[in-house]
Amino acid sequence: MLELKGITQIFGGVTALNNVSFSIHANQITGVIGPNGAGKTTLFNIVTGIYQQTSGQVIFEGSDISGIPVERLAAKGMVRTFQNIELFGQMTVLENVMVGLHSKSKSGLFACSFKAPWAIKEEHRIREEAHEWLRFTGINQLADVQASNLPFGKGRMLEIARAMACKPRLILMDEPAAGLNSQETVGLAELIRKIRDLGVTVVLVEHDMELVMDICDRIVVLNLGQKLAEGTPREIQDNHEVIAAYLGDDE
Amino acid sequence: MELGNQLLQYLLSGLSTGAIYALIGIGFSIIYNATGIINFAQGEFVMLGGMLTLFLMETLKLPLWAAIPLAVLLATLVGLLFERLAIRPLRKASPISLVIITIGGSILIRGLSMLIWDKDTHALPPFSGDEPIMIAGATVLPQHFWIMGITVVLIALNKWFFNHTISGKAMRACSYNPRAAGLVGIDVRRMVLLSFVISAAMGSLAGIIVAPLTMTSYDVGVMLGLKGFCAAIIGGMSSGIPTVIGGLILGVLESLGAGLISSGYKDAIAFIILLLILFIRPQGLFGKPESERV
Amino acid sequence: MKKELIKYTVFALCILLAPLAFSGNYLMNVLVFVGIHTLLAVALNLLLGYAGQISLGHAAFFGLGAYGSGILSTTYEWNPWLAMLVVALVVGGFAFAIGFPILKLKGHYLAMATLGMGIIVYIVFNEWVDITGGPSGFSGIPNLELGSLVFDSDLKNYYLVWSFVLGCVLLSVNLANSRIGRAFRAIHDAEVAARVMGVNARLLKVQVFALSAMICAIAGSLYAHVMTFVAPPSFGFNISVELLTMVVIGGLGSIYGSFLGALLLTLLPEFLRFMHDYDIVFYGGLLMVMTIFMPGGLVRGIPDLFRRITGLKNKKGGAHA
Repeated sequence: MLELKGITQIFGGVTALNNVSFSIHANQITGVIGPNGAGKTTLFNIVTGIYQQTSGQVIFEGSDISGIPVERLAAKGMVRTFQNIELFGQMTVLENVMVGLHSKSKSGLFACSFKAPWAIKEEHRIREEAHEWLRFTGINQLADVQASNLPFGKGRMLEIARAMACKPRLILMDEPAAGLNSQETVGLAELIRKIRDLGVTVVLVEHDMELVMDICDRIVVLNLGQKLAEGTPREIQDNHEVIAAYLGDDE
Repeated sequence: MELGNQLLQYLLSGLSTGAIYALIGIGFSIIYNATGIINFAQGEFVMLGGMLTLFLMETLKLPLWAAIPLAVLLATLVGLLFERLAIRPLRKASPISLVIITIGGSILIRGLSMLIWDKDTHALPPFSGDEPIMIAGATVLPQHFWIMGITVVLIALNKWFFNHTISGKAMRACSYNPRAAGLVGIDVRRMVLLSFVISAAMGSLAGIIVAPLTMTSYDVGVMLGLKGFCAAIIGGMSSGIPTVIGGLILGVLESLGAGLISSGYKDAIAFIILLLILFIRPQGLFGKPESERV
Repeated sequence: MKKELIKYTVFALCILLAPLAFSGNYLMNVLVFVGIHTLLAVALNLLLGYAGQISLGHAAFFGLGAYGSGILSTTYEWNPWLAMLVVALVVGGFAFAIGFPILKLKGHYLAMATLGMGIIVYIVFNEWVDITGGPSGFSGIPNLELGSLVFDSDLKNYYLVWSFVLGCVLLSVNLANSRIGRAFRAIHDAEVAARVMGVNARLLKVQVFALSAMICAIAGSLYAHVMTFVAPPSFGFNISVELLTMVVIGGLGSIYGSFLGALLLTLLPEFLRFMHDYDIVFYGGLLMVMTIFMPGGLVRGIPDLFRRITGLKNKKGGAHA
């Protein structure tokens, strides 16, 4: 589904990523972990088109997507959420999700100004579907609340609802558990499983080890810009290098 | 040889106006580097220099050599007031608000000048007479030498200030990273004020030294300010040599264009250059492209 | 959306019925110009308020529309309506083309670029004497006609201009409450996230820039046919600043706010004739005061002020929270 081949990223004099390669399998939940500074967010930004990698390829569903502008990726079936939730604060919860449906709708500037009949129909459909995604993440009762007034945990749910509205085949989440309390994290785990069960492939960058070990089918470990290990949660937990990377060597 | 002489003429007068644009451009850069704001009112400080000097000479009957420093002082005071009353309250505002307020300020200063003085153009007397001097077939006025000389001195002072004084280095620190600068004890707000003070002083002096050649009136600030901004853009918003080069290039191109193509469209040249640079290489001829960190 | 329709209907009714109250000829004339300024302010507001982009050169599009229509319908004897349409499309196309490079710029760079563009266009109006008549202007522009109806009186021009305004406002209201309006607000709030959702921010900004320019061009055409005379000073930097002031006073992003701003800034100079020389001081001061104290414009500021005053009245004896 998603293949990273030899991704290298150099910023000025700093090598953030060095020849990172791995594959993401469809319909699975894959976790990308690693100590701070390992390059996880950089990798994310490269895959989702925000940065252009110095070298290497990002292959999504068979075609190379490097260099494709961010706005075209949603239509191709890939979407991401942000570590510091980037909600449209001045809009309501419902409107946020309706923007998520932007890539699945077509009415343009003129059709909307002149209220063409197909534009009106499409607007109804967008509204209905947005409510559905709010129900999916359990926040439909907050539909008319202004997004900037949401407590953080609900904001996180909104971000996921909005991303899911794009009907992606691959969703990448950047530290979705950050800032959530343990109860909310349990809810998040359930939600991510529900998403996987819909047939969507999930990739998460995370620090919350419990969450990662709990829901991930596979884990990739990065350290200092390089891939350290790859495998099932069990394999990763038993991997000495991974333990050393996180806790430091004992001697 | 006619064309040669003409070209030299255009070159020399272009260098002289270019020097003025450079000074104004440096003023823009200093404020931009310290605050991230483009001060649309910069041109008005230039205008105030000339107009205040005139006022002091004609109304208070001060001699030129006394009027000039006093005019610079007064213009600097206006700069200080502007920063305090208009800029400081808006530190957290959106870029649009900041742009709008400096535009508003520039209009206000211009309007008040028009009311206090008048709408006419006035000439400032040249500093040391107006006997033309012939250099290789081109006519140069003594005022041109004053302009080049004072510009060189100001630029040298500028360099010394930013590289060899604590305040100057502190201002550079603020421009690279205001938060970090604040954390190490630099009073960022004072640096902002200082940047306005320096820019107003430089701008007004630039206005004074060019006024004997190009006349002064309440609305010279607009064009001069924009052209100075253009110089700063070419120089990548540097407060040093790149902006000086930018100003000189602009002055010379404008002069050549006015002489060889048409003088009516002269002002358009500067703006066409501005647009070209903004479109093709917004970091200026000497800057590095910026990237956004997410 | 219901609320929006009610607001619009009230607005439209007031506009359509206003002439009944103001039968005095002079005020009718001023109200025609309020209409033209409203068109311009709404156009600028679309750009500034919704797309978050500044333009200090919008008077240029206004001028291109005016000169374009004037020259085509007078020198080349085109049908004025056809000329208006063609000029609007050409100006829109021009704006679309320069929109791409201009809108790549941020904040003040964008402001400067639009300023530069505005001044270049102004210089062309002034210098290209053969076509534009230069500084002394261009006259002899015909009035618009619709069948046997000639728009040659203030009352007729009032309805002509305001029909366009009402149409434009309706389109703007529709746009604001649509998928595109949402996309713009999303860009304004969190551009990167909007792009991730598939919003092509770049294209949309350029489209709204072009739309804004087209509306200004149409306003220019109307101006030319109403005045029958155009001259460069009506399209210079000062006008661009006036338009900006109107939008700022009214409130960025508020369509009716732009109308309010246009109304105030067109009427005030008329009632305060003696203040003619003070007008630039006034605009400058107004811009500054509004930006510092009422950044949301009158549309948000007056209700806020009202709330604060009545709020305090209710807390008469209590300690402040």
